[in-house]
Amino acid sequence: MTGPKLEQRIEPEEELALPNVLTTRLDLALNWFRKSSVWYLLFATACCGIELMQTGGPRTDLDRFGAVFRSSPRQSDLLIVAGTITYKMADRVRLIYNQMPQPKYVIAMGSCANCGGLFTPSYSVVNGVDKIIPVDFYLPGCPPRPEALNEALIKVQEKIQGEPWFKKIKVAR
Amino acid sequence: MRQIADWIILNLFGVADAGSWPYSWLVYLGMMVFAAVLAITFVAIFAGPVTWVERRVAGRIMSRLGPNRVGPQGFLQWLADGLKNLLKEDLIPDAADRPLFRLAPHLVWMGMFGAFVVLPFGAHLVAADLNVGLLYILAITSLVVLGLLMAGWASNSKWALYGGIRSTAQLVSYEIPTAFSLMVIVILAGTLSTQEIVRAQGGWPWDWFVFRNPFTFLAFFLLMTSSLAEGNRVPFDLPEAESELVAGYNIEYSGMRFLFFLFAEWANLWIMAAIGTFCFLGGWQIPGVSPDAIDALLARSHGWSWSWVGLQALSFAIFAIKASWLVFVVIQIRWTLPRLRVDQLMIACWKYLVPMTLVCILGVLAMALLIPQGGVLDYLIRGLMMVVGGALVALFLWRARVNYMLARDSYRKMEGRELWFPPYRLV
Repeated sequence: MTGPKLEQRIEPEEELALPNVLTTRLDLALNWFRKSSVWYLLFATACCGIELMQTGGPRTDLDRFGAVFRSSPRQSDLLIVAGTITYKMADRVRLIYNQMPQPKYVIAMGSCANCGGLFTPSYSVVNGVDKIIPVDFYLPGCPPRPEALNEALIKVQEKIQGEPWFKKIKVAR
Repeated sequence: MRQIADWIILNLFGVADAGSWPYSWLVYLGMMVFAAVLAITFVAIFAGPVTWVERRVAGRIMSRLGPNRVGPQGFLQWLADGLKNLLKEDLIPDAADRPLFRLAPHLVWMGMFGAFVVLPFGAHLVAADLNVGLLYILAITSLVVLGLLMAGWASNSKWALYGGIRSTAQLVSYEIPTAFSLMVIVILAGTLSTQEIVRAQGGWPWDWFVFRNPFTFLAFFLLMTSSLAEGNRVPFDLPEAESELVAGYNIEYSGMRFLFFLFAEWANLWIMAAIGTFCFLGGWQIPGVSPDAIDALLARSHGWSWSWVGLQALSFAIFAIKASWLVFVVIQIRWTLPRLRVDQLMIACWKYLVPMTLVCILGVLAMALLIPQGGVLDYLIRGLMMVVGGALVALFLWRARVNYMLARDSYRKMEGRELWFPPYRLV
């Protein structure tokens, strides 16, 4: 998680920092399955949503990577924040994020979700979704092309593949 | 399974009269556990890959590819989905009714799995040949309604509750056309036992109940339609309507608990196809081999009989091919038709399906009275119905070919080279 203002940071415990052959192999296998089934939430607040829909369509078919959409946050792993987040919507975005079960990942899609974009001076727009929730990947563009979102999904998969699943983690508050 | 258990008692322990032997219940218990493990394994192995098949078929219909990254052609996609859901956080909302919330997926799963007890997979491959088999299937699958309503209620979410209530209304309504169209079979076969229903038919298509007369032909389609509605499949998937109810009764479920609902849905796909197969399409009947001959083979052989094993395997293969074909058609229906409205759903059930099934019952009764079985007129009607059925299959294949030709032409126009699909992607 690489957001600038995080409420909680996740660090590996120090005594388990040395790689163990068995757990590393198991990690690789489990992560390979885990990354092949990233279900994303149907969530779009602005024009980036059109590109999000397009990404599930024929040309850049997210289903190839095992990524299907779920309409309920309880069943999804990936939150793609597609579009402008207003202050009114900010509460809902955070609620949706909290409703998703761990492990969960967030892509901030488009300039508006990254930093407010075109609407930065506006009185009602959150200047970047990372002010509300932790973000894994920032996807530039206004709006980004479906190919770019596809690339972001592959980046999420790379991140999942590198995660230590068996290593104990402690949450520093 | 009873026959196989008796065979084991006779050949392993040398006891001819299993009924009076004091330890025969141990063998029966062992066979029960074995059958249960076998059935659960079968469900798991069926329900997993069929999700991949469904997503590939969906991809073909939407001119996408579908999952093709995990394993050869993405075949291991079901393992990925299952493992990921196992590793997810087990999340129960604070406001949910915890005991009911935990119980609901189990009820749904039990209701679906209970039906596997009487499904005849082969000549002697049935867990228990109950003499009220069809009634048992209709009764045990009612547990699903309870589970879905419980899931909707315990989630403490308005969308989940709407989904649960909708599915209850739908499942209870569509029980009636299902039961009525199965009545047609009960009238023809004169029994409720699933094995006896298969034995009342024959191996060749003209002995199947579906081609017996026009009314059974109609009843087959009515049964498949109402089973679709009972399984919450598109075009009757109102409890899960995304545009209205987010995700329906399973909206608050995550991880493995959610997977139980999915599992039950896929298992139900097999049950639906199996009921259609053994009631109308001749079940496991091998063309040219009478069921009595297989019985005699088991009774005669003291010791291992390879011909009996071979015939069992063959009968299972025939049953599996017929049922898988029905599953395939149901999957294609799912990705072809749009969803019905709630009032349309109820109208379709009470105004059309129920009267039509009643007409089917009356028609079958009249045909049984007027036309003598095995007569020239009887075989004439069967032949006519086979022509109609064959025409439908031919239409299916022809449409598949037309779609393939269209795709080939547009590919050649766009890319300037010939298109090649592997044969499994043609349909």
